[in-house]
Amino acid sequence: MTINQSGWRPTAPASGAAAAPTFTGNKALMLEEPLIFEIGDAHTTGVDFAEGDVAGSRLGDLTRKTPIGLPGLSEPETVRHYTRLSRQNYAIDLGLFPLGSCTMKHNPRLNEKMARLPGFADVHPLQPTDTVQGALEVIHQLAHWLVTLTGMASVAMSPKAGAHGELCGILAIKAALAKRGDTDRKVILVPESAHGTNPATAAFAGFSVEDIPATAEGRVDTAALTARLGPDVAGVMITNPNTCGLFERDLKAISDAVHAAGGYVYCDGANFNAIVGRVRPGDLGIDAMHINLHKTFSTPHGGGGPGSGPVVFSDALTPFAPLPFVEKQGDHFALVEEETAGDHHASSFGRMVAFHGQMGMFTRALTYMLSHGADGLRQVAEDAVLNANYILRSLNDTLDAPFGGSGPCMHEALFSDDGLADGFSTIDIAKGLIDEGYHPMTMYFPLVVHGAMLVEPTETESKAALDQFIGALRSVAERAKAGDASLKTAPHFAPRSRLDETLAARKPVLVWKEPGLAVT
Amino acid sequence: MSRYFTEDHEWVDVDGEIGTVGISDYAQGQLGDIVFVDVPEEGKSLTKGDEAAVVESVKAASDVYSPVSGTVIEGNPALADEPALVNSDAEGDGWFFKIGISDASELDELMDEGAYEAFVAKL
Repeated sequence: MTINQSGWRPTAPASGAAAAPTFTGNKALMLEEPLIFEIGDAHTTGVDFAEGDVAGSRLGDLTRKTPIGLPGLSEPETVRHYTRLSRQNYAIDLGLFPLGSCTMKHNPRLNEKMARLPGFADVHPLQPTDTVQGALEVIHQLAHWLVTLTGMASVAMSPKAGAHGELCGILAIKAALAKRGDTDRKVILVPESAHGTNPATAAFAGFSVEDIPATAEGRVDTAALTARLGPDVAGVMITNPNTCGLFERDLKAISDAVHAAGGYVYCDGANFNAIVGRVRPGDLGIDAMHINLHKTFSTPHGGGGPGSGPVVFSDALTPFAPLPFVEKQGDHFALVEEETAGDHHASSFGRMVAFHGQMGMFTRALTYMLSHGADGLRQVAEDAVLNANYILRSLNDTLDAPFGGSGPCMHEALFSDDGLADGFSTIDIAKGLIDEGYHPMTMYFPLVVHGAMLVEPTETESKAALDQFIGALRSVAERAKAGDASLKTAPHFAPRSRLDETLAARKPVLVWKEPGLAVT
Repeated sequence: MSRYFTEDHEWVDVDGEIGTVGISDYAQGQLGDIVFVDVPEEGKSLTKGDEAAVVESVKAASDVYSPVSGTVIEGNPALADEPALVNSDAEGDGWFFKIGISDASELDELMDEGAYEAFVAKL
């Protein structure tokens, strides 16, 4: 046993008197932080420049007459400013992040190690391809595994995130319809259980959107969908697993019906995490699907990094996929662009971005795949589903689970606000969870459930972590059911307590002005 | 003047050929604090069931459908600065737009106040 030779022992303070406010406004080591424009001064700089050797200015009358108003800080002041701000944030590296539909899973450090290798980190998209063969091989290999895991024919790697991928898929459908002269198909059908970005994507691409209702068990109403099919329907956008946390069992039958009616099937693959390694969407007859590398394949997001949303295509849509893509020619990896596409990719609808996609995310995603292997990826899906069902069933006695009777959920558990005391709603539970030290779950979505709470634990949480979260959510939910008035003003322990979200939305202050100047 | 309701929670007051349209008090309660309302412009031609206006609360954005066909006479200018009027007086000062009704027979398909109350009670 180690002896504490100093004789000092940590002691608990005597309870009783409430603490007086501090001189600084700080609460212990949780620091208040002003805006960057409110600290430092214009004469401070983090870098000393030598006097320029250019005599005079060549700007003439165009010289700026008023100060530019940039903040002036030294390097340590700048570092502290952003570090303090980062401490007021919540992140997957701090704790469980149950944001349903977002798949906030652990970002393995091995991914980071690989992405920082100079051959990947220091390349430029305009470098001659001879000098970036390794990077192109990464894109090619990742493309191969995405196509293999989804059972599809090809993949466009360039879309930058989920909704961008949706747009890519819908533009391919539009190009395919135009190619066969079928331009009267103006309608995209979107079930209620689809992601909210789906109707926005269809409308942005110039289609009109029609809702398809959900059944009482939370799945697409197949009869209503097939009844609506016809010569004016370009396709459907369907999310599988859907936003009610359920697998769309009838997807193959739906795809067959849509194809028979001359339409295409877009699948929102944001929830692929629940089925990766278990189900190949291509076997369900879909024509296009985006894959969120920043969800299923563990690349960082939510402020930690950019998204990446490659889109897989069926044989029918492959000719219309965007440029560029990486092709293996002998031992050489080539970028197929407009100049080199030739006749064999003449129907491409164009391109989604200037360059090839999110290289840093490709490296991370491929690292994740190769370090997990086929069995590991299958276990990802299984554990994600197991964890969500553990939460769903553990809270069955406390919270209403509207689709709890529709069989096991997939990777997210859905609750409603049914049974809370009068005047209490999902927002109060979310605020209470902040006091418990958790980022709240997704709230009020999907819209088909009143006061929805969509909880996605992901596969990387241990049973102990899940039990603690379940305990916290149960405690807060029981307070909401009992009508505990203190919950209406939660959070009490956060740097700021309940904010007036209505005022913030009605009278937003979007521009910082120097104190004393009127804010308009 | 008589008031009719739709199953999508719009109301329309009919005064001769002019209808005044808004959303019901029940609807504003469901939406929560309303932060933005987009009303249709004068002269816009609407068919019954068309998306006529958008109402956004802290919880969600929703479309408001026209309960009748016709041409918009005016949108409620007060809602631009004070969307909270819809919360405080949904079936009065919080009206959305006035419309010249082109087919009065469409009103027959709508509910009167008693029928709407019974409809809401079942939700």
